Amino acid sequence: MASIPQKVVHEYLRHDKKFPHVWCAGCSNGIVLGAIIRAIAEMELNRNDIVMVSGIGCSSRMPVYIDLNTLHTLHGRAIAYATGVKMYKPNMKVIVVTGDGDCTAIGGNHLIHAARRNIDLTVILINNNIYGMTGGQASPTTPHDAIATTAPYGNIEPDFDICQLAMGAGASFVARTTAFHAIETQNYVKEALNHPGFSLLEVVSACPVIYGRMNKKGSAPDMMKAMRDNSIPLTAYEKLPKEQTEGKIIRGILRREIRPEYTDEYAKLCVRAQGGDNE
Amino acid sequence: MSKKVEKDRVGMIFREEEAQEKMEVEITEVKAPGDKNSPVLIYYNWCKKCGICVAFCPTGCLGRKPDGSPYVANPDKCIHCETCDRLCPDFAITGSKNR
Repeated sequence: MASIPQKVVHEYLRHDKKFPHVWCAGCSNGIVLGAIIRAIAEMELNRNDIVMVSGIGCSSRMPVYIDLNTLHTLHGRAIAYATGVKMYKPNMKVIVVTGDGDCTAIGGNHLIHAARRNIDLTVILINNNIYGMTGGQASPTTPHDAIATTAPYGNIEPDFDICQLAMGAGASFVARTTAFHAIETQNYVKEALNHPGFSLLEVVSACPVIYGRMNKKGSAPDMMKAMRDNSIPLTAYEKLPKEQTEGKIIRGILRREIRPEYTDEYAKLCVRAQGGDNE
Repeated sequence: MSKKVEKDRVGMIFREEEAQEKMEVEITEVKAPGDKNSPVLIYYNWCKKCGICVAFCPTGCLGRKPDGSPYVANPDKCIHCETCDRLCPDFAITGSKNR
């Protein structure tokens, strides 16, 4: 595998923005942004053929720093905007960078319907278990009993399994990894970009300043080590007995299938409606 | 360090006559201070001292200063695995050979 040095990553950043960037010390968003840049650089894609769309949140600050075609849109509506971009420019690669609160709470409806339509978007969902930017409110992925600003005595709600949600809604590519596994993240971003159809990549990440501090998870390296120790690959999950795999983060490509893609179907419909030959 | 450069306004949403003008933007430079022979380059003006690179350096090449920022403690131990490179959230370190 060709290695992409930091120099190349710097070439993809917008140096007229304020650096060092806005994220807290030890936040995983930077690692994921680096992995996305490395994936794009390794695939040798033309920068003008990629659109990055985001909503509101910590992770959604990403398009500000990366020098692609970017859209920074309303809270939760990133997938709705991305659908519009993809319909108008079907040949462009559309990446949606979104957070857990942005995508599963406010934009939950957009997520399930984009998955159902199987439109060719690449959704990179950075799951830090909390609303970091607004001060640490409980999000749909905050674990049971975890402390948040709006749940000072512990969260009483069960949390979402985002990959199961996407698979239930009909996404054709679903994968999960953690920010600690940066090479794996890079490879999955590549796979997701190459997949024709809706692809969702959940990246479990660390929020040491808000979530980690409130729940006494330790410093940024401690949270990274926890991600390393508490996650197992899908192949190991299938082999090990149930007691050993309980509560672990399962990494791997959970689903990959080819289904009719929405913009292709729409192009066929246009031909048919104009009285042309479909095949 | 930052310097001012002129940049075209083309591509931004402005009136046409405004788009002809150049605008001044401030550009932050990534500066790698110190020894060019060092196996690891650290861009101290981007570093936020989170300690991830030091914690995950597999050979113990990096050490931590009292203020939390990394430094090259054992230059001979670097194996150019690029772990610090990939795990740095701030793009502030590179251990790559072809940097």
